[in-house]
Amino acid sequence: MIKINNITKSFGNFFALRGIDLQIHSGEFWIIVGPNGAGKTTLLKILSTLSKPTEGKIEIGRNISDQSGIELRSQIGFIGHQSFLYGNLSAEENLTFYARMYGLKNEKNIIHAKLTQVGLYDRRDDLVRNFSRGMQQRLTIARALLPDPKIILLDEPFSGLDQQGIDLFSSLLTSLITPERIILMTTHNLYLGWELATHYAILAKGKIVEKNSRGDMNFENFKILYRKRTGEGN
Amino acid sequence: MILVLKTIMAITWKDILSEFRSRDTLSSMMIFCLIVVIIFNFMFEPGSTNVREMVPGILWIAITFAGILGLNRSFIYEVDHGSLLGLLLCPVDHYVIYLGKMIGNFIFMLIMEIILIPLLIIFFNLNIFSILLPLSLVVFLGTLGFAAVGTLLSAISVNTRAREILLPVLLFPVVIPILLAAVKSTTILINGGTLSDTISWIKILSGFDIVFLVLSSLLFEFVVED
Repeated sequence: MIKINNITKSFGNFFALRGIDLQIHSGEFWIIVGPNGAGKTTLLKILSTLSKPTEGKIEIGRNISDQSGIELRSQIGFIGHQSFLYGNLSAEENLTFYARMYGLKNEKNIIHAKLTQVGLYDRRDDLVRNFSRGMQQRLTIARALLPDPKIILLDEPFSGLDQQGIDLFSSLLTSLITPERIILMTTHNLYLGWELATHYAILAKGKIVEKNSRGDMNFENFKILYRKRTGEGN
Repeated sequence: MILVLKTIMAITWKDILSEFRSRDTLSSMMIFCLIVVIIFNFMFEPGSTNVREMVPGILWIAITFAGILGLNRSFIYEVDHGSLLGLLLCPVDHYVIYLGKMIGNFIFMLIMEIILIPLLIIFFNLNIFSILLPLSLVVFLGTLGFAAVGTLLSAISVNTRAREILLPVLLFPVVIPILLAAVKSTTILINGGTLSDTISWIKILSGFDIVFLVLSSLLFEFVVED
């Protein structure tokens, strides 16, 4: 379980996040939507321990985020719009590097299994700089899944993908959902990820203005709610 | 401890493998060294007696400026492609990332020096085989201190707009003690001195190396913090 308690993040006089409260349980897939500058990436950075909150605390399982960053990071898989991959290394070398960073045992078997899962096993020896954006994003998923994380954070993961890439990425996202895992995805595109989500939160000007279980809500009603809460369309 | 060492080596291995595929950094460092040696070679008449007094300066000018070319590139790829975030998300202490990057930079500089020193011997007709071991020790210690503080300052300057200019501006004042001790001990050795003649300078070099390594490892956390 992730328990976000009254998180505030400020940069000087500018408040990127104000009083964020959220409880997320295993098996839930949350989408956090909001216009640009709403604070979505800042929230994910705090959750991933890349940034410290100015006020408030985050509990992940039994850990409090700023007490044991290393332990927490070993449970988190992060997928952003940047791949974190090295163009001059092959797909397998990239995963080997990250497997060593995570201190994984039996790394070769894990890497081959993940490459097979994302459909890149046959391209494992190719340099990543020769991969298309879609292939890089699939390899990014393999990288994030290496430590078999309990929490997956996705920051605008569809950014820069063409329609075919989006379809493939969506189907891979489906395969990530398990009852033990928490998935949190930020996006400014309301439609992408909506079908997969179990819960949603709308973020505007650093505040959560609406959060709920998706339940039976259809996409059209969600769009209306989003416009009402943020004063924007999509 | 073994896990920490493995992680440090993983970062160094990644940097070295990446560099040997692209050869971006090493080739520019080598070309710079060659240009420095050739230009200074034009200054002296063949058989000039001043050569031995000038060579230590030429050696450390080449090491310093070529080293800056390498250090400048150290974090550029990581920041421009977002992979620094990938490193920071790994479950390791941040000093581990610093040490991995530092050792990579240190190895690149050593490779450059392994080519630079024979170039100096050939172009300036030096007979320094008898002092090769103590000279190697001085170059090793000087390079270690330079890479230690240079890696930290490279991580600071890479996030600024004038990153190529800022690194030397920040680095040179800090590494003056290292450069001073390295040039002085090289001068003593090239002009017929022995290792025992340079021992006080080598102690200074070693002392600054330890201080720079420890301080940089501790400060790296704050440099990469959001």
